[in-house]
Amino acid sequence: MNLMTGSQVENAVHQQTGGVENTPLKMRGRKVNVFYGPKQALFGVDLDVRQNQVTALIGPSGCGKSTFLRCLNRMNDTVDSARVEGDITLDGENIYDPKIDVVELRARVGMVFQKPNPFPKSIYENVAYGPRIHGLARRKADFDGIVEKSLQRAGLWSEVKDRLHEPGTGLSGGQQQRLCIARAIAVSPEVILMDEPCSALDPIATARIEELIDELRQNYTIVIVTHSMQQAARVSQRTAMFHLGNLVEEGPTEKMFTNPDEKRTRDYITGRYG
Amino acid sequence: MTDIASSGTLIDAKAPPRRDIGLKRRYAAERRFRIYGILAVSVGLVFLAVMLFSIISQGYTAFSQTAVTLPITFDPAVIDPKNERESDPTKLQTANYPALAQKALAEKLGFAANDRAATRQLRGFLSDTSRVQLRDIVMADPSVIGTTRDVEILTSANIDSAFKGQIDLDVPEANRKVSDQQVGWMRKLSEEGALATRFNTGLFTNGASSRPESAGMGVAIVGSFYMMLIVLLVALPVGVAASIYLEEFAPKTKFTDLIEVNINNLAAVPSIVFGLLGLAVFVNFFGLPRSASVVGGLVLTLMTLPTIIIATRAALVAVPPSIRSAALGLGASRMQMVFHHVLPLAMPGILTGTIIGLARALGETAPLLLIGMVAFVADIPSTPLDPATALPVQIYMWANEAERAFVERLSGAIIILLIFLMAMNLTAIILRRKFERRW
Repeated sequence: MNLMTGSQVENAVHQQTGGVENTPLKMRGRKVNVFYGPKQALFGVDLDVRQNQVTALIGPSGCGKSTFLRCLNRMNDTVDSARVEGDITLDGENIYDPKIDVVELRARVGMVFQKPNPFPKSIYENVAYGPRIHGLARRKADFDGIVEKSLQRAGLWSEVKDRLHEPGTGLSGGQQQRLCIARAIAVSPEVILMDEPCSALDPIATARIEELIDELRQNYTIVIVTHSMQQAARVSQRTAMFHLGNLVEEGPTEKMFTNPDEKRTRDYITGRYG
Repeated sequence: MTDIASSGTLIDAKAPPRRDIGLKRRYAAERRFRIYGILAVSVGLVFLAVMLFSIISQGYTAFSQTAVTLPITFDPAVIDPKNERESDPTKLQTANYPALAQKALAEKLGFAANDRAATRQLRGFLSDTSRVQLRDIVMADPSVIGTTRDVEILTSANIDSAFKGQIDLDVPEANRKVSDQQVGWMRKLSEEGALATRFNTGLFTNGASSRPESAGMGVAIVGSFYMMLIVLLVALPVGVAASIYLEEFAPKTKFTDLIEVNINNLAAVPSIVFGLLGLAVFVNFFGLPRSASVVGGLVLTLMTLPTIIIATRAALVAVPPSIRSAALGLGASRMQMVFHHVLPLAMPGILTGTIIGLARALGETAPLLLIGMVAFVADIPSTPLDPATALPVQIYMWANEAERAFVERLSGAIIILLIFLMAMNLTAIILRRKFERRW
């Protein structure tokens, strides 16, 4: 990334913030504390996720960025020792409210994992599974339509349309990850969480996924955890920097990579640590 | 690069002095270990081979049986001397049927029926099972009285053993169980083609008998079948449900830890203790019938449950967490996650564990002794509430018999039990392959 001159940065930041401020908030985290047993993993994180934008969470390993991501669709509930404090809202509703059903929440906030994890079923079944359990379709033709549309959006349709009934586990790593993205968007979520979706992929497959993320932004709100500075810079509009369970700094990606306020962010981005 | 440019040739670096890094010692240790391994495997194989050889060489003869085909005349003078069968049908049941067979054999061998010494020898030649066999023919169709037909009559167990060469005929006549006269008849009938060995179907269909030639494992096979059915129907659903709850739904608390430790302990409890428990609970408290396969099945269920639970939990744990995350992340409920994704993947492990548990239950003897399944049961049980025995118990009982003919039956029974066990293990392997091959 080229460093910009001072005036250019100011200009860019001004444009970004100006644009960003008008974008509605999709999710809002306030004073989020997470404990795994006695160990505290997140310390009072305040972070907003804006609609139809890609928010990148960066930071060194163990900094809590994945933990925060997993709070957004309550995947931490599945860890017995995990305890979450604070408020996280989706469209203004607290998702940790007892009235909110976790199954419904996860249908609205989908997730793509670090390692591609297709079900050991056919490609078709992988995509149709979500709509089936949520009753989004009844007739075979409806399912066919959802499967085709989802695979097309995930950029996988042309590669698999002739072998929809072959196992999803037989695809290449990059194809499997796109299948997982297709599976996630098949239930028409509002937010898609991605936990280092490219860390197990080669650079070409990574490029495909990054393109895909940029396209998906039109219809979905995306939060992505990544270890790659370049990836955060390429795909995200806003970036949040985590360190040791604290949110160090959050802002427009452009600004974060050119003129961060915090020294820790600057050091991490320029490769002093991490 | 500068070297090439300046001198034109490159020289090899000078090798430093060789260090002793113990290569010889390390390779020797590896060779020794391989030899130990091969020795250990060989010892196991030798024991297996010796066991199989001794069982099969002693037992294969149990599957054939010596019988003599005789033209039996259903003489009314013997069956019903006072001609009372119209008024008293029980006469047909109590008639002296063995006399018919003895008479037919005497005629065949060509001596008079009033030769007392020879008649005594004749009695020892034929099996007393002819009584039941001939009675059944007459009872089924009383019109055979007065006619003659060929019937295959079993020889006595001693003649059977002698014909199969299991009795040493060089021993003085007084010290062996077959007389020279009987041996002479045996040879004569065999040359005529009347006496021969045939497949021993009675071994699979008959119940208990004090006469080896009519003793079979029918009751034991049916009893074991009922018990396996009960174990499968009770232990599999209960065990799998318990494992799924403990593994997927139960909160990890001190209490569930305690349960887990106790299940593991239960798997190590000696089986005879389960027998006592079954006696106290099922027979004494619930009043279920003694010696019944339903009680045996329930006792074996208790014994098999921990095995199934442990195997099922291991199979559930082995399902990759990424599959669970994928299902939950899509908004599947816990139950949908388990039944749509985890259970199908754990199925091969569950089935293998279940069949291994069943195989262990099939070979279990001690608890069945305590609930009275070590009984003399002659009639095939028609329901699991009827008295029955089990395959290993039958083996145990035959091992206590003194007669020579029971030795081969004992080994034959062991062969049958081993075949059942092998069939079950084979089923486990086939099922595992089949389920794994889905993807």
